[in-house]
Amino acid sequence: MPAMSPIISVSGLSKTYASGFQALKTVDLEIRQGEIFALLGPNGAGKTTLISIICGLVNPSTGTVKADGHDIVTDYRAARAKIGLVPQELTTDAFETVRATVSFSRGLFGKRKDPDLVERVLKDLSLWDKRDTQIRRLSGGMKRRVMIAKALAHEPRILFLDEPTAGVDVELRQDMWQLVRRLRESGVTIILTTHYIEEAEEMADRVGVISKGEIILVEDKTELMRKLGRKQLTLSLQAPLAALPESLAGYDLILAAGGDEIVFTYDTKAERTGITALLQALGEAGIRFRDLNTSQSSLEDIFVSLVRGRS
Amino acid sequence: MTSVSDAPPAFNGRAIAAIYRFEMARTLRTPLQSVVSPVLSTSLYFVVFGAAIGSRMQEIDGIAYGAFIVPGLIMLTLLTQSIANASFAIYFPKFTGTIYELLSAPVAWWEVVLGYVGAAATKSVVLGLIILLTATFFVPLRIEHPFWMLLFLVLTAVTFSLFGVIIGIWADGFERLQVVPLLVVTPLAFLGGSFYSIDMLPPLWRTVALFNPVVYLISGFRWSFFGVADVGVGVSLGMTLAFLLVCIVATGWIFRTGYRLKN
Repeated sequence: MPAMSPIISVSGLSKTYASGFQALKTVDLEIRQGEIFALLGPNGAGKTTLISIICGLVNPSTGTVKADGHDIVTDYRAARAKIGLVPQELTTDAFETVRATVSFSRGLFGKRKDPDLVERVLKDLSLWDKRDTQIRRLSGGMKRRVMIAKALAHEPRILFLDEPTAGVDVELRQDMWQLVRRLRESGVTIILTTHYIEEAEEMADRVGVISKGEIILVEDKTELMRKLGRKQLTLSLQAPLAALPESLAGYDLILAAGGDEIVFTYDTKAERTGITALLQALGEAGIRFRDLNTSQSSLEDIFVSLVRGRS
Repeated sequence: MTSVSDAPPAFNGRAIAAIYRFEMARTLRTPLQSVVSPVLSTSLYFVVFGAAIGSRMQEIDGIAYGAFIVPGLIMLTLLTQSIANASFAIYFPKFTGTIYELLSAPVAWWEVVLGYVGAAATKSVVLGLIILLTATFFVPLRIEHPFWMLLFLVLTAVTFSLFGVIIGIWADGFERLQVVPLLVVTPLAFLGGSFYSIDMLPPLWRTVALFNPVVYLISGFRWSFFGVADVGVGVSLGMTLAFLLVCIVATGWIFRTGYRLKN
């Protein structure tokens, strides 16, 4: 991948609300042009605060953000013109029609009227049939689509989706992911927040984990998946060991449970896992075991251990 | 990565137009509440004080009582409607959450305010003119200074729409939204000489009345109709502009600091 300047760069960003609650500690983050970035974290971790600052909804306490090279405070017009936001809450103007509200959004972002574009966006979101319906007459899922249409009305280069699938049915979720992929193909950078790990796994190019107002990990999803691919074999011993014999030094082993267990970590995707050799070596060392089990650490486990490790 | 065509406009006129149209559409959806109701309630004053009681009242400054109260009543409606329209317009998106879009859009605060104030003031001025027209059915009217009449009408509508924006941002509930219009503005308007000349007051109360900003609005507006005023028209104009300036500065401060909007 050629070195590109990041489309969003966040540096030294913090936010303390008037109540004294520190929603963001010091956040540094770079989003690459054209990627799908999943911001993963439990409720209250600071996901929405981070997005809200980048999009101009909340003033930061310290730090700077640049969107496509434009400072979000000093050069806010240029920065915001690039950004589309679909917030978490369903907030719509109940009495407006679908088409009117989407056209309004386009005007608000300073773009020339473009009925063809509005039509395309509405069709992409299966809203065209409802174009002249008042928003209050739509179902929750349809309202969510309207909010996405509003965010796309000014052809943003960066799209923020805050918890896009919270309370969304399966069909809409599938539609949404298709749309996200199409947008990415057209060069739009997408940042989504979620607390569903499968979602990050399915969609993202990179995953950032945020907890208690700090970004604690940013990694390529494939790298995370590689970690995911690691399994552990736990052997319960017949007699506890004081130490591992020298002959087993070549294996990735840990003596656990006070010497009652040996834990072997291996890569399922490697050509040889080493299990057979290990069992043979154990037999030769005279170590007998009464039970064995294998376990796979999920992204969830990695996530939980990361989050716990920080508390 | 930034190409020339990406350069954002230094002035987002389309956003102002979008907000203005949105607000006007909201009014047109509710004509009964927006237009008919204020016109009807003001017309009741003309019927009661102008046609019925007015005939038994003395003239004030040589003007029939029914006609005398018309400028004050128009001002009363102008003040309350401007505040109500603008404060609701800005409070409601805050209440429902749709304000996120305004805050995330490439618009300057003064562009947002221009859209809302423009729409609220337009409605008030149109209402004022409809009431004026209605008044002519009940009482004989003359307008000596039509230009000044319009100027006071527009200036007052703009000023109090701005005041409404401030109230709408400050309010954190529907009650607060109502408090200032009902408990402050309506009394000030009634005591500000809508129904009498402040020269009719005892000297002490006349002095007290001069601290009421609405006195200057009504006086100036009445002068544009009949050529007579409680205070000099220059003072009226000066006071109106001063209050406008205070509202502009306050609104600017609110948006720059993000008070009650971005924290």
